[in-house]
Amino acid sequence: MNKDLRRERDSASFNPELLTHILDGGAERTRRRREIEALVLNDPDFQHEDLNFLSRSQRYEEAIRKSALMVVKLREYGIADPDEIYWFKRTCQGSFAEPIGLHFSMFTNTLQNQCSLAQQDKWLPPTYGLQIIGTYAQTEMGHGTHLRGLETTATYDPTTQEFILNSPTVTSIKWWPGGLGKTSNHAIVLAQLYTQGQCKGLHAFIVPIRQLGTHEPLPGITVGDIGPKFGYDEMDNGYLKMDNFRIPRENMLMKYAKVEPDGTYVKPVSDKLTYGTMVFIRSLIVGDSARSLSRACTIAIRYSSVRHQSELKPGDPEPQILDYQTQQYKLFPLLATAYAFHFVGAYMKKTYHRITGDINQGDLSQLPELHALTAGLKAFTSWTANAGIEECRMACGGHGYSRCSGLPDIYVTFTPSCTYEGENTVMMLQTARFLIKSYTQVSSGQLVSGMVSYLNDLSGQHIQPQQVAARPTTVHINDPASLVEAYKLRASRLVEAAAKNLKAELNRRKSQEDAWNRTSVDLVRASEAHCHYVVVKLFTTQLSEINDAAVHAVMNNLCLLYALYGISKHTGDFLQAGILTDAQVTQVYQRVKELLTAIRPNAVALVDAFDFHDNHLGSVLGRYDGNIYENMFEWAKKSPLNKTEVHESFHKHLKPMQAKL
Amino acid sequence: MAQWNRSGYFRSSGSRDVNPDLDGERQTASFSVERLTAILDGGADNTRTRRAVEAVIHSDPGFSRENQYFQSQNERYETAVRKSVYLKEKMHQMGWTEDGPEIKYCYRALGGDLAFNVHRVFKNSILALGTDEQIAKWIPLADKYHIIGTYAQTELGHGTFLRGLETTAIFDISTQEFTLNTPKISAMKWWPGDLGRSATHAVVFAQLYIKGKCYGLHAFILQIRSLHDHSPAPGVIVGDIGPKMNFEHIDNGYLMLQNINIPRENMLSRFSQVLPDGTYMKQGSDKINYLTMIITRVQILWTEVIPMLLKACTIAIRYSVVRRQSKLNPGDPEAKILDYQTQQQKLLPLLATAYAFHFMNAYVNEFYNKGYTEIKQENFDSLPELHALTSGLKAIITEYCTAGAEVCLRACGGHGYSALSGLPFLYTKLAASCTYEGENTVLFLQTARFLVKCLAAVHSGQPIPPSAAYLYSVDSGKCQAWTKMDFLRPDIYGEAYRHRATRLLGNAATKLQALVQSGAEQHEAWNQCTVQLVQAAKAHCHYIVVKNFIDTVEKLRNEAEIQKIVKHLCDLFALHGIFSNTGEFLHAGYISGDQMDMVTASYLDLLAIIRNDAVPLVDAFDFTDESLNSALGSYDGHVYQRLYEWAQKSPTNQQVSQAYASYLKPLFQNALSKL
Repeated sequence: MNKDLRRERDSASFNPELLTHILDGGAERTRRRREIEALVLNDPDFQHEDLNFLSRSQRYEEAIRKSALMVVKLREYGIADPDEIYWFKRTCQGSFAEPIGLHFSMFTNTLQNQCSLAQQDKWLPPTYGLQIIGTYAQTEMGHGTHLRGLETTATYDPTTQEFILNSPTVTSIKWWPGGLGKTSNHAIVLAQLYTQGQCKGLHAFIVPIRQLGTHEPLPGITVGDIGPKFGYDEMDNGYLKMDNFRIPRENMLMKYAKVEPDGTYVKPVSDKLTYGTMVFIRSLIVGDSARSLSRACTIAIRYSSVRHQSELKPGDPEPQILDYQTQQYKLFPLLATAYAFHFVGAYMKKTYHRITGDINQGDLSQLPELHALTAGLKAFTSWTANAGIEECRMACGGHGYSRCSGLPDIYVTFTPSCTYEGENTVMMLQTARFLIKSYTQVSSGQLVSGMVSYLNDLSGQHIQPQQVAARPTTVHINDPASLVEAYKLRASRLVEAAAKNLKAELNRRKSQEDAWNRTSVDLVRASEAHCHYVVVKLFTTQLSEINDAAVHAVMNNLCLLYALYGISKHTGDFLQAGILTDAQVTQVYQRVKELLTAIRPNAVALVDAFDFHDNHLGSVLGRYDGNIYENMFEWAKKSPLNKTEVHESFHKHLKPMQAKL
Repeated sequence: MAQWNRSGYFRSSGSRDVNPDLDGERQTASFSVERLTAILDGGADNTRTRRAVEAVIHSDPGFSRENQYFQSQNERYETAVRKSVYLKEKMHQMGWTEDGPEIKYCYRALGGDLAFNVHRVFKNSILALGTDEQIAKWIPLADKYHIIGTYAQTELGHGTFLRGLETTAIFDISTQEFTLNTPKISAMKWWPGDLGRSATHAVVFAQLYIKGKCYGLHAFILQIRSLHDHSPAPGVIVGDIGPKMNFEHIDNGYLMLQNINIPRENMLSRFSQVLPDGTYMKQGSDKINYLTMIITRVQILWTEVIPMLLKACTIAIRYSVVRRQSKLNPGDPEAKILDYQTQQQKLLPLLATAYAFHFMNAYVNEFYNKGYTEIKQENFDSLPELHALTSGLKAIITEYCTAGAEVCLRACGGHGYSALSGLPFLYTKLAASCTYEGENTVLFLQTARFLVKCLAAVHSGQPIPPSAAYLYSVDSGKCQAWTKMDFLRPDIYGEAYRHRATRLLGNAATKLQALVQSGAEQHEAWNQCTVQLVQAAKAHCHYIVVKNFIDTVEKLRNEAEIQKIVKHLCDLFALHGIFSNTGEFLHAGYISGDQMDMVTASYLDLLAIIRNDAVPLVDAFDFTDESLNSALGSYDGHVYQRLYEWAQKSPTNQQVSQAYASYLKPLFQNALSKL
């Protein structure tokens, strides 16, 4: 092991293994996770060439090979628990996408949730058996967020009892669905349902797209890959164009809405039920934000302990770059953020499971708040992690730019989560809608509950708009609980400001929608402040659940750093609202720097606690043993350009040129 | 694609098939796009020359970029080599010279996707550091490409800190040769462009040793590959460093040297030489070389970095008026996404930033020319300022452009993530600029060091250089704005920026002094203040850019319409900067809370105003469709058709993948009987 890393590990003030247990949710789960990871790591069938040196087609093929293998092995080992399946797959794939991934998630879930019993009997067995591989085709080339704008049509023909599917325009071509281009033989297609001459809105249909056996596209179906992307090389995101393609009436998913044989349309019951799935998927993205940022931090912090540069003190040897204050300032707040998001993800998962219980008992009362909260947290965490991963990469200087660092891949794989499953700005505005609604409720004298209950404190103060600002400044910058209060005040101030600006626009006789649009910058700020408050609060709550004193001390510092760094980046909000004074802001800056120094000795142990295996990290710079330079050289030798000692372009272009000039 | 966008066809949109949503935006421009283009080009003559060059390049299929996004690393490298060789021929054929006005327009038209960029650095370093005999020997060979050179400085374990480089060159009096060695793995040269596969020669930086004594870093020319068969010279291990985030067309390389002997004459000896008896001699000042390095750093900004932000803005803004989503008013059709305030807030400040940076070119050139004249007369006084100014500007410009391109990418939703949008390419190329030619944090700290010295000069009443002269101004106390309209006054916001820069520098310097006085060693005190010092340097650079933008608007007084729109952009750039850094302006009370609300109000008003001219403002950049190479950003706005056509060309749709037969088919087989 590299001597710098060894020294870092020896001097940690706490046992990282205990922290790993906390992150995993218990020592037993850590043990089981490692056991499952070992199944993959020790299995020669899963070995493969470094993906960095493969073409897109080769990467796709490798991913399919592994997917097929995983299906077989998981069944062989009898692994069925969702977490355990996740651990297994993650170890196989790193963070890369699985072309069959949507089959296991959206396709199967939609069948389970939206099929009638008869439909379930027909479709689920071949789906579980992977004779059918399906994807979920919603987004169109010209339409994403606004579902009502989708143009694909499904017109019912009572004479044959079939739906006729059509892509009437270029913009209506299904575009982006994962696994659609080359892998799937079926798709759940969302289309505008027309029956008896009327549009009944968006419904889901099961559409066979490729011939079983030959895998050729069916007549009337045009399907293919949408081409190269920023990342997701192994994923065949696809397009799908349908021309008078007929499917039987039974292929419409009919658990809720129905079309009778004669074309009569039967309306569905509540649509809130679909909220549950969205909450679940968003909680996964929050977890992914935490993990992706954790991986980036692991790489950047280990590399910064091994890399030496310049001099701090004239005449001394070059110091580890992690000893520079500017480097600590780049990385440690991100490390704190990774931990914070981890706890938010765990909280969301727990809440989802709790609420799922309520839903099954018919209680949907908490869904709207949860739905609104998770929209904002999805956006907040993915934006922050997205920027953080890039900061980690740049903190590794030139070498971060090489694919051998693993950081470009983490970034390009993660960044679409800012867009998919709800574009972040749109998500923030959904949360804002809930915040404004809650604010309006409070203004009219009703109390609100849950994470927005702080708005209750605003009641009765619209007569004196300055009241929040006039609050005595009693924030204690070393007390996490007091900082939670400060974030709460900031959120309530920004929600109030947005609500008032919205009202002012409405008073100018703007339409509701126009006024909303003209306030949306304020509304997004309010949502961000609300989410920031929730994250600080959840991190602080987590502290009280840590029993080990040494771990607690380290986590307390991280929590303080998270909260204070956030303040230092948004001092304007805290100053303008009178939550902090100029002098306190200066103290905050100072305290942040002291915390950097305090965290420095534990930085490596804190990333070790994430417990990423080198295979999963996929980074030469982030190797556990720190033997970076010799392994960079080994890696580079495998580059495709190095296949021959003299590259063919020498003979084709260089030599003829030299002869001519 | 080619038939849609021959340059020249689309200067007037009326005659062409343009998406009506885009065409409508062009009909309502408040100014003459053609006139603004001429101003941006530095005169209508330049615009004419540029378009003539673009027409030649784009009409030649040898320069097509059609397949760029589908190519592997190997193919991109080969294409870059092929195009570079072909460009030489083309230039020769057209009568364009290496120092003529056309060459930079060739680069612009080709999107910079060429090899042999470091070959120029190789030549420049010989011209700067070589004796007249050395120049006479090497430069003609390099000019004719009989040799291809690279510049090998950075090592695997060492970048920024040059003194830390480990490669050695030991002089042997008996043979009159230097022996070059890579003593350990971290000393391997790593990253130099053109090194991996192309170069035959390299200027290598190594620690010079004579009779056991180290004389520091010097430059040596050595041959690394055979001129007959291109195989590596004995003792040379050379290769490509592998795939990167972008720049896959460049063969960044590694180089390991094992007892390579080169004659004494191969040390570049203009400023220091080793005599046959091993005597080491220094002569003259190599500061002029330093100036060359500065200008290399700066030229990249206006030829590579800033144009990429301009392109990203062009793509994202055009797409945002073609893309429609959701409804702003019930009953209306779906709205153009640029009509959403949140979309305007993402893109329009970037558009203002693009203009702000573009206009910095003249400012920096003026500094450079003045410095150059002085330095030629052996007067080196302006060098520290030029160094500080260009360091800070390089850092702030690359940082903003990189972040900006990423915002553009995400502002295009899912389609921005497609390589065919062109945005991933622009972003990943820009991302490298934050670390190459000086890591940004290191550069900001160099600017800060200069500023701290200037502040000390102010306190002792010494004269200080012009770019920091504002530190002498008297503090105006409080911001003088009373209404939101006041924040559209350049004197008001200019002063706010000045105040912030002065205050942050003052705070950092005070802290530094306090630490030193309390007994901390100088270097430790400096490290403890670096976060603050970086903040101060950024505020300084931000002020310089705002100030120059204000001056630029002033100079447009004979162009009323254009002055008006550029003034709006200047206001937006300045107010967005305040809006995004409220704390730094509120702290210490220069701007009050109420005034900050006015800033926000004025800022949001500006978004709505500039929205109306957004498309003409990006049209004025006048990028050809070929150089944008984006399915989303083309002039005619036929976004969806183009995406569909381009996607079908993807190799994934043409090659038969083994995935189905090998892995999928076995899974599917059981279904045949059941469905």
